[in-house]
Amino acid sequence: MIEAINVVKSFGERTILHGIDATFETGKTNLIIGKSGSGKTVLLKSLVGLYDIDSGDIRYDGRSTCNLGMKQKNLMRQEVGMLFQGSALFDSMTVEDNVRFPLDMFTDMTLEERRERANFCLHRVNIINSNKLYPSEISGGMQKRVAIARAIALNPKYLFCDEPNSGLDPVTAAVIDDLISEITKEYGITTIMNTHDMNSVFSIGEKIIFINEGRKAWEGSSDTIVGSDCEPLDEFISTTRNIVTKLK
Amino acid sequence: MSPISHIGRYFVFMTRVCRQPLKWRIFGNRILDEIEKIGIDSIGIVTIISFFVGAVVCIQTANNLGNPLIPTSTVAYAVRECIILEFSPTIICLVLAGKVGSNISSEIGTMRITEQIDALDIMGVNSANHLVAPKVIAMILSVPVLVIYSIAIGIIGGYVAGEYTGLVPTDAFFEGIHFIFKPYYVAYSLFKSTIFGFIIASIASYCGYYTHGGALEVGKSSTTAVVISSIVVLMFNLIITQLLLS
Repeated sequence: MIEAINVVKSFGERTILHGIDATFETGKTNLIIGKSGSGKTVLLKSLVGLYDIDSGDIRYDGRSTCNLGMKQKNLMRQEVGMLFQGSALFDSMTVEDNVRFPLDMFTDMTLEERRERANFCLHRVNIINSNKLYPSEISGGMQKRVAIARAIALNPKYLFCDEPNSGLDPVTAAVIDDLISEITKEYGITTIMNTHDMNSVFSIGEKIIFINEGRKAWEGSSDTIVGSDCEPLDEFISTTRNIVTKLK
Repeated sequence: MSPISHIGRYFVFMTRVCRQPLKWRIFGNRILDEIEKIGIDSIGIVTIISFFVGAVVCIQTANNLGNPLIPTSTVAYAVRECIILEFSPTIICLVLAGKVGSNISSEIGTMRITEQIDALDIMGVNSANHLVAPKVIAMILSVPVLVIYSIAIGIIGGYVAGEYTGLVPTDAFFEGIHFIFKPYYVAYSLFKSTIFGFIIASIASYCGYYTHGGALEVGKSSTTAVVISSIVVLMFNLIITQLLLS
């Protein structure tokens, strides 16, 4: 479980997060949704420790992550996997080397064991016969799957996904959603996913937090999101639906 | 950000670069890769520039020493001193600031804007140490070797020019090359090139590491890296020369 307690984050004079309180549950796919510029990426990056928060606290299973030294922070980060919006695979490494990288850095496994584990993770995300290819030689959807394989290589306790569907077609986006949801259940991970894709919200959103102008405006699940009494959320959903209807 | 703030952030950045690596084996392999990219891949440009500059220095010196009282061998002596003291350590490092510095800055800058550096940080890897330290070490090890090579090629260039233009006969050239040779000058040259190597790699890495934005900013960082490292190299050239040769 990850808890955000009264998290405040500013950039210069501009306050982005105005005291957010949220709990993200273990074994569930927790979604952070909101309009562009609402502060959801800042919240996710604050939760994962890429941004230092101004005040408040962030706790991983009761352990505060703020005020940790670099060494302790790095140790804690070995329990974290992250899937970035643009995959963030290392350009200079092959698919297999990308997945093996965290194993090379943090385990004392033999080369054969590391290869075996990397191949297991790649098979888990349905990447077969692409081990020797470079990220630039595979599609966007495959890059996302390789990034998931890399994120789960060290059996993380916590998985963070920053808009994993952006730039993907709806079919591939659904595949990525399902994969994240399956992995969350399979390994009992606390998954936090940042998205504005309503398909993801309805298909895998077990716990949803809606952020509006840097504040938590609503909290619930995909079953209760339609017809909520939160005006900005209703507006957000109806706008998204209007776009889908127009497209149809 | 003010220049003072940049200097402060540069030193904080360098303390992160100088931490102990997570895995020495991986670190060693990365140094070897960087030596290939920084050192071996620069041999071509160093050869071409050193040969032609050596040849030009020889011809210009010969044409400016028209006095019959000055022996022809003085031309070779002047070529040697120019190349060892200034051309090879300083000019070659300025060329490397352009070639290697822009490469380092754009590589790290692209990694920053595509979130690859964030990915390293999230994993618990010290990204500054993992990415930058091998480049700095590779540069420190490669540049003195390139400078020695450049000295040799520059002198060969001078010899070829002197011989084929008929301005400096072979005997005179070899006599001049051996005339009052001070090994200390070579040590001075290697010392300052080592310092320049460190300056180029660390400043270029710093500029790339703190890139924000998109492709345009990567280009800007690359240009800034070349300009700043060239200026700092020239400043340190003056300081080191004053300290070691005065």
